[in-house]
Amino acid sequence: MTYTISVLRKERGSEETYRESFLYEAETEHDTVASALRALNARERLVNADGIPARKIEWECSCLQKKCGACAMLVNGRPRLACDARLSELPSLTVKLEPLKKFPTVCDLVADRSILFENLKTLRLWLRKDAELADRDRELAYASSECIQCGCCLEICPNFYAGGSFSGMASVPVTTRLLAELPTEEAKEIAKLYAVHTFEGCGKSLACKDVCPRKIDTENLMVNANAFALWKRKRRRKNDN
Amino acid sequence: MDGMRKVNIIGAGLSGLSAAITLAREGIGCNLISSQPSERAQSVLAEGGINAALDTMGEHDSPDEHFEDTMRGGCRLEEESAVRSLTRHAPEVVKELVRLGVPFRSENGRLMLRNFGGQKKKRTAYAKSSTGKMIMTALIDEARRYEAEGLIERFPHHELVDMDIQNVSLRSVTVRDSYSGGGLSFPGPVILCTGGLNGFFEGATTGTTQNTGSAAAIAFLEGVRFANLEMIQYHPTTAQIGDKRMLISEAARGEGGRLFTVRNGARWYFMEEKYPELKNLMPRDVVSREIALLNKESGCTGEVFLDMTGLDRTAWEARLSDLREEILAYLHIDPKSTPVPVGPGIHFFMGGIWVNDLHETDIKALYAAGEAACKYHGANRLGGNSLLGAIFGGHIAARSAAKAAVPIDIVPKTLPEGIDSSAQERKKLREALLSGLGIVRTPEAMEQAKATIEALTRSEGSSAIDRDRAYLGLAIAESALLRRESRGAHYRTDYPSSDEAYKSFTLAERDKDGVRVFLAPKTKEGEQA
Repeated sequence: MTYTISVLRKERGSEETYRESFLYEAETEHDTVASALRALNARERLVNADGIPARKIEWECSCLQKKCGACAMLVNGRPRLACDARLSELPSLTVKLEPLKKFPTVCDLVADRSILFENLKTLRLWLRKDAELADRDRELAYASSECIQCGCCLEICPNFYAGGSFSGMASVPVTTRLLAELPTEEAKEIAKLYAVHTFEGCGKSLACKDVCPRKIDTENLMVNANAFALWKRKRRRKNDN
Repeated sequence: MDGMRKVNIIGAGLSGLSAAITLAREGIGCNLISSQPSERAQSVLAEGGINAALDTMGEHDSPDEHFEDTMRGGCRLEEESAVRSLTRHAPEVVKELVRLGVPFRSENGRLMLRNFGGQKKKRTAYAKSSTGKMIMTALIDEARRYEAEGLIERFPHHELVDMDIQNVSLRSVTVRDSYSGGGLSFPGPVILCTGGLNGFFEGATTGTTQNTGSAAAIAFLEGVRFANLEMIQYHPTTAQIGDKRMLISEAARGEGGRLFTVRNGARWYFMEEKYPELKNLMPRDVVSREIALLNKESGCTGEVFLDMTGLDRTAWEARLSDLREEILAYLHIDPKSTPVPVGPGIHFFMGGIWVNDLHETDIKALYAAGEAACKYHGANRLGGNSLLGAIFGGHIAARSAAKAAVPIDIVPKTLPEGIDSSAQERKKLREALLSGLGIVRTPEAMEQAKATIEALTRSEGSSAIDRDRAYLGLAIAESALLRRESRGAHYRTDYPSSDEAYKSFTLAERDKDGVRVFLAPKTKEGEQA
């Protein structure tokens, strides 16, 4: 099966964007957008669909098995991981690739997602003392720790924009883990910042839940974060089963 | 924070984070330089767990037994003093992770430990089969505290492109900002936490594509000494997905998964028959070699399957749910009901930059830790010891580097020529290395690899980095030829037994004529010079 990979391109330092298409012959039905991009870039001489030489397609990639979040991009307009987007499951033989748009574009499919990490610092998300994790909260801490900070949830979110006060869902997993592990007294600052920068800005569209490549139950994490931070659910004592 | 004493750390995976946090706790700053953020590091892929003789399972385990299993698994090639220190500190490392909130499996307040290859007792702490990810999340959160305090400064889209070493002393490193395309020079001490040599075997490893191996090649070119480069671990249970190998955690066998092949039309559980004590949980070198040699058995198809259909419901639900999802997503097989076809894939490099027990390299002001360094794993690493070695090694390296910390003025720098490697050159080097350094090595194949790679070092028109890479590749091939014995991951058909004369590190250095490999002189039993 031959796919047309249409890439929104931008050179480093330039403001101008343009589209360029490449032809890719899929090797198996399991080929993903990531395998297509890797194969195209491995060609001795990359030419576009018109046979004109083209520069390599820049994109970020690391684990190729949806565990690191590097390759998040828009595939046919939807934020997802390139390594999780099987070509055979896409609706047409033409695949449109664009960088995530809520973040500044560095070049081609590379978006500067630094705001993700800056927000976590603004929210002062770290333990204040040794963790006290009850066995019954272990699943919650595990589910929270699964977040890969890919940014797909922020891309789809109707309320998030870079530079705004609302930090979006990407900060919730980190918050939830810390709230589940800290005694209430030690979690006050985190709870307060969560209320201002997360809870108040969320319009509860929960689009993040559908789009998360790790299938994190964002709603559940938020319900728990709310309970700890806002409704002052008393943290169960360690090992109180 | 002008005037703050700092250290440069290259690599923000587990060993880099461990080093950064250790420094910060001592009030020393760091520039944490990585090509991508910590969330994208290979450490997040680690699955099965981390070893420590915590003895929570009522089996009377001890650090001495952890030491003994590690030495035996590594075929006694590692330095006893280092492994002694690693295994003695392991319980404290895991307890610290508990304090940082890693959601290890725990029942009624008791930290649960699982069986892992090459170990007779349950010693591996775990979080389903995403242990690396869980540990990384906790360390990333801990590092953030020090980022906010200004002690850890991240350079998260910056790759090493040059090192300046003069008179056996590191002066500075040059990095490229991949966002702006510009160069920066960082004077001061450096800890290399750049991972193993996956980048030399693109597409044939379970590791990250982010690792190009170029950082190691640059270090080698500048005169940094490497050790045991021939010791490459093939993990027995991996599967090809696209252009990489997907790991199927050893935890699957720890929980009762069984390996079989088909012989004369019937299932043959070859590991159980050949190794009645540890069965499917023999060390990885042994299992991979048994798989590679199956095609010599008469009536045997050579195809190998991992049979997890006998695992109970709790194992799937509480301990391996993520592994099942992954196999379903990428191999389209439900391991609960169908055996999974598996085969060996490159998983870990026991060899790397030579370091002493303080994680100092042979170059002043340069340190190394994690998979980048050759330290704790001898001729074969035990599952569960890599996360441990990365955290512990990062910690020791930081304590050593702290003494050399200085105020660091970062300055813009024009990038040198020839820093981009070509996919074609990488492919040629990869093919040569793969054909010469498989699980079963013949002298002919190793010699052929050496000749091919020698030609690549002289290849007209290739860039400087591709030639540097070829020199380190040549050192790998020559190290394999130098070790005229079979030990751990290094198995050669012309010398199928181990030889006491070779119970020593192979060392590799760049010299004006190419590369020089030699055997480290033995000082006393079990230690290297």
